[in-house]
Amino acid sequence: MGEALQHIVALVDPYILQIVVNIGIAIVLALGLNVITGITGQLSLGHAAFMSIGAFASALIATKLALPYGLNILCSGLVAAAIGAAIGYPILRLTGDYLAICTLGFAEIVKVVFLNLDVTNKALGLTVPPPKSVIPMPFYVWGVAILAIMFVCFMKESRFGRALKAIRDDEIAAEAMGINITRYKIQSFAVGSFLAGVGGSLYAHFINYINPSDFGFLKSVDILSMMVLGGLGSIAGTVFGASVLAAAPEFLRFMSQYRMLVYGGLLVFMMVFRPNGLLGGVNFTELVLRSFGKKPKTAEITERHRQ
Amino acid sequence: MLLQQLINGIALGSTYALIALGYTMVYGIIALINFAHGEIFMAGAFVGLFMVTILKLNIFVAMAGAMVFCMVMGVVIEQIAYRPLRKSSRLSALISAIGVSIFLSTLALMVFGADAKGYPDNAFPVRQIKLFGAEISTLQLLIIGVSAALMLGLEFIVQKTKTGKAMRATSEDYNTAALMGINVNRIISFTFALGSALAAAGGVLVGLLFNAVSFNMGLMAGLKAFSAAVLGGIGSIPGAMLGGLLLGVAEVFGVAAGFSSYRDAIAFAILVLVLLVKPTGLLGQKIQKKV
Repeated sequence: MGEALQHIVALVDPYILQIVVNIGIAIVLALGLNVITGITGQLSLGHAAFMSIGAFASALIATKLALPYGLNILCSGLVAAAIGAAIGYPILRLTGDYLAICTLGFAEIVKVVFLNLDVTNKALGLTVPPPKSVIPMPFYVWGVAILAIMFVCFMKESRFGRALKAIRDDEIAAEAMGINITRYKIQSFAVGSFLAGVGGSLYAHFINYINPSDFGFLKSVDILSMMVLGGLGSIAGTVFGASVLAAAPEFLRFMSQYRMLVYGGLLVFMMVFRPNGLLGGVNFTELVLRSFGKKPKTAEITERHRQ
Repeated sequence: MLLQQLINGIALGSTYALIALGYTMVYGIIALINFAHGEIFMAGAFVGLFMVTILKLNIFVAMAGAMVFCMVMGVVIEQIAYRPLRKSSRLSALISAIGVSIFLSTLALMVFGADAKGYPDNAFPVRQIKLFGAEISTLQLLIIGVSAALMLGLEFIVQKTKTGKAMRATSEDYNTAALMGINVNRIISFTFALGSALAAAGGVLVGLLFNAVSFNMGLMAGLKAFSAAVLGGIGSIPGAMLGGLLLGVAEVFGVAAGFSSYRDAIAFAILVLVLLVKPTGLLGQKIQKKV
């Protein structure tokens, strides 16, 4: 099995492979942020911190415990989720903007702490050993990415996901309907952090080297841009946005220094002209049904209330 | 020794307070974190530097020039990136603000390069003055003096002039203020101009103090100043001053106590702790939830 997969990987041009893997990792990360920001409506600007936690946890698990890689991914995700829930418990009582700043502050604190700890090798960063598994990395990444997409799709339509959307659309009304908003927020934060941790673990083992400075504010903005481009709360949109923005730097090598400039302009442009993203508010199941001539159900309401 | 650190802390804190005022005023009026405020501060530092080194102007003239430039910049940013989003969700406006911030800092990186630049030594003559066994430099005196003067000026505008009254009315209730014949758009532009001017002055002062002006100086300073605004209670002008001074002093004392490698985390740790105890900050009002 592993042998055959190795052969398949060897057939692909390594440069293309790298882009494809980067897209897979970006999808997992952006989906995590989408759970927190797109579905629950809680803006987190510290997503890279949980990626960082997952990446370092994964590296340490690999060097100290030498677990098989599948377990390693799961554990790093759980570590990130646990920290996410722990930090979420106090700060998720804050609303919108305060929360955004607190997550940002938390991310900076994580970065500074990792830069000063011996176990994370301070500012030198860690070299990550190759993953302990017969299955090559690209298959792992895409396997996890597809699992993540399915998971978020099902979650979004579950009772839990509906509660999260209710919180996004109107917190006070949701609370009046008997939704325990603090608990649901913490849970959504934990789920999002879990995905971020998993993404961090994949990143660490694919790049083989991690440094606390790689997971700064700009990384969080990267992930945020992916989600905004595709559309807040839209899963297909997130996959699309992550694919475009993860591949873009490769195709835009000649303008690499303008990348952040374009991102910044993109964020403003999207918010002014297409606030729901390129695919926000587009319901794919309905499009498919309609193409078969079925009557669509009532369209999802995308109009948001302003507080 | 203690007094010395206190002086250093107050000097640093007054620059934070200057930047924090812009955050707090804008937030008080349109309930938006003007994420690009840190970049306006950075632009102020660069404009001041340009005027001192290339045009060979006096530092005070340069500061005034930077303030005027940033006033225009703040108003333009509001017109392009925030005004169209006045009716959208808060999340959209905040993301747009982050976009402006990233855009401007990258633009500065491309225009000025990645290395930090310094003000020339003759920009402001620095001498040490002995004071009760501690030393205070003329630069620190300048920073504290200019900050205090600007804050008093702001307080005068907000409390004693008609425009200030309109600002307070708008921040109290946007719609009612518009019904009462206040030109709300003009007041918001004015608020952005005021806040940006203060940030620009802060930029020149910080550039002098650390003698380093770089494209990414806005992010950290902006975050700390915002922390200061939140610490004092967002929307409250005295709160922003208090929060800035507190954070500046805390940071200097933290570094003196040997946490210099954790320098940037100190402000955030304080912010998170305060918000947990008192979510509206030290001087903030209780927010009523409306459906």
